[in-house]
Amino acid sequence: MELPVISNNAPAAEGGGCSSSGCGTAPDGLAHLPDHIRAKVQDHPCYSEQAHHYFARMHVAVAPACNIQCNYCNRKYDCSNESRPGVVSELLTPDQAIKKVLAVAAEIPQMTVLGIAGPGDPLANPGRTFDTFRQLSEKAPDIKLCVSTNGLSLPEHVDEIAKHNIDHVTITINCVDPEVGAKIYPWIYWQNKRIFGIEGARILIEQQQKGLQMLTDRGILVKVNSVLIPGINDQHLKEVSKVVKAKGAFLHNVMPLIAEAEHGTYYGIMGQPEPTQEMLQELQDACAGDMAMMRHCRQCRADAVGLLGEDRGDEFTMDKIDVMEVDYEAAMVRRKAVHDAIIEKLEAERGVAKPKPTDIPAGSRPVLMAVAGKNGLVAEHFGHAREFLIYEASPEGVRFISHRKTELYCGGMDACGDGDVVEAGASESLLDRNIRILEGCEVVLCAKVGYEPWAKLEAAGIAPNGEHAMEPIEEAVMAVYKEIAATGKLLPQADSLKVA
Amino acid sequence: MALQITESCVNCWACVDVCPNDAIYQPERDEAPHFLISADKCTECLGDHADPQCAAICPIEMAIVNELGEFLNPPGSLTGIPIEKLKEFGLWREAA
Repeated sequence: MELPVISNNAPAAEGGGCSSSGCGTAPDGLAHLPDHIRAKVQDHPCYSEQAHHYFARMHVAVAPACNIQCNYCNRKYDCSNESRPGVVSELLTPDQAIKKVLAVAAEIPQMTVLGIAGPGDPLANPGRTFDTFRQLSEKAPDIKLCVSTNGLSLPEHVDEIAKHNIDHVTITINCVDPEVGAKIYPWIYWQNKRIFGIEGARILIEQQQKGLQMLTDRGILVKVNSVLIPGINDQHLKEVSKVVKAKGAFLHNVMPLIAEAEHGTYYGIMGQPEPTQEMLQELQDACAGDMAMMRHCRQCRADAVGLLGEDRGDEFTMDKIDVMEVDYEAAMVRRKAVHDAIIEKLEAERGVAKPKPTDIPAGSRPVLMAVAGKNGLVAEHFGHAREFLIYEASPEGVRFISHRKTELYCGGMDACGDGDVVEAGASESLLDRNIRILEGCEVVLCAKVGYEPWAKLEAAGIAPNGEHAMEPIEEAVMAVYKEIAATGKLLPQADSLKVA
Repeated sequence: MALQITESCVNCWACVDVCPNDAIYQPERDEAPHFLISADKCTECLGDHADPQCAAICPIEMAIVNELGEFLNPPGSLTGIPIEKLKEFGLWREAA
């Protein structure tokens, strides 16, 4: 089964927990899909970009064991200050997980989805994973279940997945060629043996592809995650995108490699470069012709709670949950009302088409702009932004491109309060780093910018702009684009001139 | 003869699930902060598997040792990180 490609052009959606106003996929992008699939994803924040503004998800960390090694993962690392896959603060038993889900679902009525994502591989922990799903489908039948996996044990568990009514599965597929795979996966555990190198990668790839086909044959929705590793699989991912689409995957999510030396991963220690923002975007755009691309992923932790881009995990530690009183019957009624209202709002938005902008000279080149946003408005101070939203303005209109986090990585051992203190001056300042992540952008819109960052931004060729504070993001981006276009700087003959 | 788990263990449960003898257990916190192998039950998988299963799935180097204190997965053997790099990052030990 091959699914149609979702449009990546974005009319505006308002409000929500994400700080952007429109996040890549058109609200009516889901309309291209068959009804039964659209109904499945419209309230899933990790599958529908529109839904992630309104609906929340949570992960329960019940799956510690893993059956493969990835060069970007270190099983020793666990830091509560960090936000990235594979990291958790508190491992739960299935019984504790159920308690936590019921408490969160009662407290956050927008929660629609419970996922098991690790910190190991959920299907390498079938007992704990399926016990959790089984209990949940009895006690909280209104919560959608989803699972993510590296795919090695997927074929043997497809029937069990279908039985528990899990209709969203994410497989991480970084390659379809064992030679590439051997550079990403040093070993797998397979049929009671540790198998190294190309042979291990070959088995893993075979199992992933087999499992993907089995799931789509059963009508289970599959999202494919790929980690972009420069020099290893960057060009290869275009092939991956084509192959997984042909097998019926519904969405492809290409995520940047995280490889800090202090995480102690193979790639971190060996100095493997992370992709630049530009590289990631180029690849996402290259794959977008073949496959619906997801651009709103926040690479969240295996115990994340809340809307994408926020983490309320601290409010729901086991000691706090133990003293909460949950009336789930009452909570379900409340949740239903909240969900219905959101769905109604989304349905209404889907019908609204956005007109193309006028008064822009034809042939004007597109411009990337970064926005410090909040609830769809240019509302954040430059120095307070936890993430920047990147938009492309062109004669076609304004298009959301990606989120770039300013605090993606752990600040190192000193920030964790134990271990060696990182030498002063060893790493770049936060300001320098934030300016570096704005690479490729010509303008940054925010509510306010301080004097020092203003000068540094200008020096870096990025024009700071505080004139559109509290305006809706897309309108502000278009207004700035029109101002630049009016100067004639965007026409081909003036192409070498930078805006700033 | 029995294998042992060292303090390098990160409690990921992988070995517990694959041990054919149910020899691996989580002790009381004051006994050890990580899983242990019951010496009475461990057979090093002789007769069941070609390789001891805990050591075949364990993702952490230096976490499983034999009676001589030798690492079944010595530094660098699972990650492929060269010894010089492990030493540079303080991740290298010769024996338990």
